[in-house]
Parts: sequence; C-alpha cells; structure tokens
Amino acid sequence: MANLAPTAPSTAAAADAIPRRPNAILQFIRQQPLGFAGFLVILLYVAFAVGAIWIAPYDPEAIDFSAMLAAPSPEHLMGTDQYGRDVFSRIVYGARTALAVGILSSLVGCSIGALVGAASGYFGGWIDTGIQRVVDIMLSFPIIVLAMVVVAVLGKWPVLGVDMNLVIAIALPFMPKMARVARSSTLAIAQMPYIDAARAGGYSHTRIVLRHIVPNIVAPYLIMVTAFIAQAILLEASLSFLGLGVTEPTAAWGLMLSGKSADFYREAPWMILFPGLAITLAVFAFNLFGDSLRDWLDPKMKG
Amino acid sequence: MLTYLLRRLILMVPTLIGVAVVTFFLIRVVPGDPVVVKLRADGAAVTEETIQAERKRLGLDKPLMVQFKDYMVGLATLDLGRSLWTENTVASEIATRFPVSLQIAIMATIIAVLIAVPLGTLSALYRDTWIDYLVRIVAVSGLAIPSFWLGMLMILGSLALFNWLPPIGYVSFFENPVANIVGLIMPAVSVGYRYAAVATRMMRSALLEVLREDYIRTARAKGVFRQLVVRRHALSNAMLPVVTVVGLEFAFLIGGLVVTEQVFNINGIGKLFVDATTRGDFTLIQGLILLIAVIFVVVNLVVDLLYAALDPRIRLS
Repeated sequence: MANLAPTAPSTAAAADAIPRRPNAILQFIRQQPLGFAGFLVILLYVAFAVGAIWIAPYDPEAIDFSAMLAAPSPEHLMGTDQYGRDVFSRIVYGARTALAVGILSSLVGCSIGALVGAASGYFGGWIDTGIQRVVDIMLSFPIIVLAMVVVAVLGKWPVLGVDMNLVIAIALPFMPKMARVARSSTLAIAQMPYIDAARAGGYSHTRIVLRHIVPNIVAPYLIMVTAFIAQAILLEASLSFLGLGVTEPTAAWGLMLSGKSADFYREAPWMILFPGLAITLAVFAFNLFGDSLRDWLDPKMKG
Repeated sequence: MLTYLLRRLILMVPTLIGVAVVTFFLIRVVPGDPVVVKLRADGAAVTEETIQAERKRLGLDKPLMVQFKDYMVGLATLDLGRSLWTENTVASEIATRFPVSLQIAIMATIIAVLIAVPLGTLSALYRDTWIDYLVRIVAVSGLAIPSFWLGMLMILGSLALFNWLPPIGYVSFFENPVANIVGLIMPAVSVGYRYAAVATRMMRSALLEVLREDYIRTARAKGVFRQLVVRRHALSNAMLPVVTVVGLEFAFLIGGLVVTEQVFNINGIGKLFVDATTRGDFTLIQGLILLIAVIFVVVNLVVDLLYAALDPRIRLS
C-alpha cells in the first residue's frame, strides 16, 4: 500500500481504489455502524480493565459481613454477594481477567495456528498431510472439551496474575481453526510468481514464509483474532463456572456464577443477573466488531 | 452402497486409535496424582506407604509402556478399564449417564430445528426488513449468551413468574413421561438456543443463495406462486447445508451439556466429564474422549448418508 501512495493524486480512479489512511476510521464508522457500536462497548470494557482501581468503588475481594446479600442500592450499585463483596466492583475487576485471558489466548492460538498453517500450505507433501491429520482430529472435539483436558493436564501456572495454564488451554482449540484458514490462504499465495522469484533468488524457506507469505495472511489473521477473543471470553467464563478456570477470590465473571451462587436464586438474583450480562455484552460486542471487521477488510469472506 | 459403508467404518478405526494414543500420553503428563487427590478427599492424613499401596493396587506403578500395552489390549477387546475413583468399569459409568444426556441432546435438536427453520426462512424472505433484523439479533445473541447463564435465567424467570423451581432429579421417561419432559425442558432449551442460533444463520444464508438461482426465477416467471416456489423449489434445496450444520453441531452438543448439566444438577455425561477432569480420573477421561470421538465420526457418517439421500446428484463412493 505504502509504495502506491505517491501516484494516488494523479488519477481519480486510483485514488478511490486506495483506502487512504486518514479516512479509514471514518469510513469504517460510516460503513459499519454496528461494528463501531461494538467497538465502543469494547473500549468501555478496556477502560474497566485498565482503570479498575479508580472505577471500582470497593476492593473486589473485601469481605463485609455487615452487608451480605445486600440488594442493589446507591452504595452497592449491583448489590453484594454472600460474603458482602460488591458485585459491581467484582465485575469491573472481572473485565481485567476476561480481557487478559481472552486477548492473550486468542493471540497465542492464532499466532501458532497461522505459522503452522502457513508452513503446512507452503511445504506441502508429508508435512502437510501430517499436520492436516492432527488438525482434523482436533477439530472433531468441541472446544471446551479440548480446553478441559489441557486444564487437567497443566498445573496452575500464574504469570503476572494471569493463569497461563488457562491461556494455553483456551488457545489450543483455536490453533487448528486458524491453521485451516492460514493454509488455504497460503496455498493461493504460494502459486504467485513472486514466490517463485524469491525461491529463484535463493532465499531460505524461513525468509520466504516469514517475509513473503505471512504478511499476506494478516487480514484473515486479524479477523480470526477478534472472532476468537469473543469465544475465548465465553470459554474462560465457562471453565471458571465449572471450577476449572480462575479460582477464588480472584474476580472473574464465570466464577461469580459458579458453585454456591446458585443457592441464592431467591434471595439475591442480582448475583446471577449482572455477571451474566457482563459476559453476554462483552461477547456480543466482540462478535459485532469482528463481523464488521471481516466485512470491511475482506468483502469476499462475507456470508 | 454397502461397500461404501464398510469402507467408511474401517476408515474410522485408525482415527479412533490415534485419538486413544494421543489422550493416553497427554493425560499422563499430569503433574497431579489422582491417587493422592482421591485418598485426601476424606480429609485424613495419608502416608507415603498407603499411596504406594493404592498405586500398586490400581496398576499405576507399572512402567508407562506396560500400562499403554494393557490399555491397547483392553481396547481391542472393547474393555475401557475401570474408573480410578469409583472403581466401576468405565463402560458402566458411561452407560448409566448416557441416556439423560442423549435425551437432552435430542430434545435440544428438535427445539433448534423448530426454531431455526421458520425463523431462518422468514429472515431470508423478508431480507433487510425489521423481521430480518430482529431474527439476526436473536441469532447473534444466541452466540453471545453463555448457556449456563441462560439456564440460570430460566430458573430465575420461573421463580419470578410462577414461584416454581424445576424439580431436581431425573425421572425416567418410561416411568413418567410428563415429569421426564418437564424436568428436562429447561436444560434442553439452554443447550438448544445456541444451536438454534447457528442453524438459523445457516438456514438464512442457504435460502438466500438458493433464491438467487435461475430455476427459481424461471418458476416465478412461469407464473408459479411465490409461496409454492419457496416451499417446493427453494426450501428443499436450502435444507442440504442446514442438515450438515444440524448434524455436525449435534456431535458438539456435549460442549453445551458440560456446563448445562452443572446448572440443573443433572447426572449426565457432561457432569461425569467435569468430575473426571477435576479428579484427574485418567481412565474415565480416556473413555469419555473416545466416546466423543466415536460420536463425531458416526454423526459425520450419518450426515453424509442423509446428504446422499436428500440430494440424488451426490453418489457415495
């Protein structure tokens, strides 16, 4: 794109065809209003995650026996749980857990998947066959089943407050899906004359894959990353709900719905309503944004 | 046809063996020791000797390759071994849990199809009107709402509206069909909603695709009523991709059951899998993974057969 820019003003048609940078964001807002709305919600969650200390009115782990199961009120916007912890504060801090695990696992899963897929498509032959066999087997399991097995295999392994075992468990099921997409993109690119040229130029396989193929699968990569963040948030919530993910007393949305919270259907429905709403809204926002991004970046993939 | 079926069945074997081998080694990398977890469950102090004795009794002290050989020989005779936790055979653990889960899965499929076919059709026929937007919002939200939360919302809703909680405990269909269906309807809806959302989207896009075909235009030009065109010509062809999606998602329903059974406290396959994972019950995890793989390959085969039955152009070979 960059090397085409100087010629742009000369012909009107060419100028239309090339999305110029300053307009790109405005254009996205105009063409994809729903996607932009999703993006605004994502920004809100990011603000929650980054500014949790200033936004949350209470310490999310502070137990207050004088305010157990308090109904929503000006002091406790979304009420309190059975230990008197402020539900709103726990949701704000929960955004941190959800986004950290969601974004990290999606990036890890898609990056490894993309590399494996690109290698599979580029080298072909028995490497391709072998990788595709593994991919097929992995794709025949629901993502939560794969994640649960990995959680069972890996011990708890926190790095900077993020459970890396959980990140890996959630990243793993995304790898085969990304590998599929990366492979088919690579197969198309590998036919291009410039790849032959690069090979004739004596470049190594590593250089060709990293410098000539990978940049061309950036669009599908970005699309998959946003789509998987939504699924990763949902998966983290499900695992935490099952008691296999984030553990007490850390604030996590799925955890807020798990175990004992079901005993309080009658007394404290707010304990169930708000965390679920937080999950749904986050997944919804990432889905909307991801879909719009796909339509915008690659109209051919629409469907 | 028969040779095709036979070849497909034979081709399943290497896949399943592959799954069995991978799971066997993968779950044995576990740092946690199921024996320790089990013995400590009572809260009593455990000595090193008791742990060793228990390991020996369960055959976990043997070298890995010997255990592997035993497992493979067992598989060849369809013996999945015994649960490390309850010490019942894995087969019997699964067999007692399977019927409830299967029933929820079937009910969820029926619910999903009943929702998806009419909604997807309406959405495609009234494309870009408020009906279409409404259906699409419902479908997208189906992908966003966690199924366990949907289940909890239904419980909250029935409490608020009727002051009624769904009965806990499973009643067999043959004992009392009404109580059985009533008890499982909420879990089926909470598993089926997501399923319906996926199928609705597929129904919509498949029908839109078919409606663009030449023969639809020809039929309309010839003077056939729109309703008849849709019913006779379009729907039957749009059903093909929908059958695939419904079939493949059926194999994945276990993913929804895992969480939903926890919400409604149903003692099915999903709950068994969660328990096996938290307890590190190797043999049970192996058995369940193999079961899921078998379900997947069988469902795939059934979908292919259905496809050929629905579309005479496709020849199985």
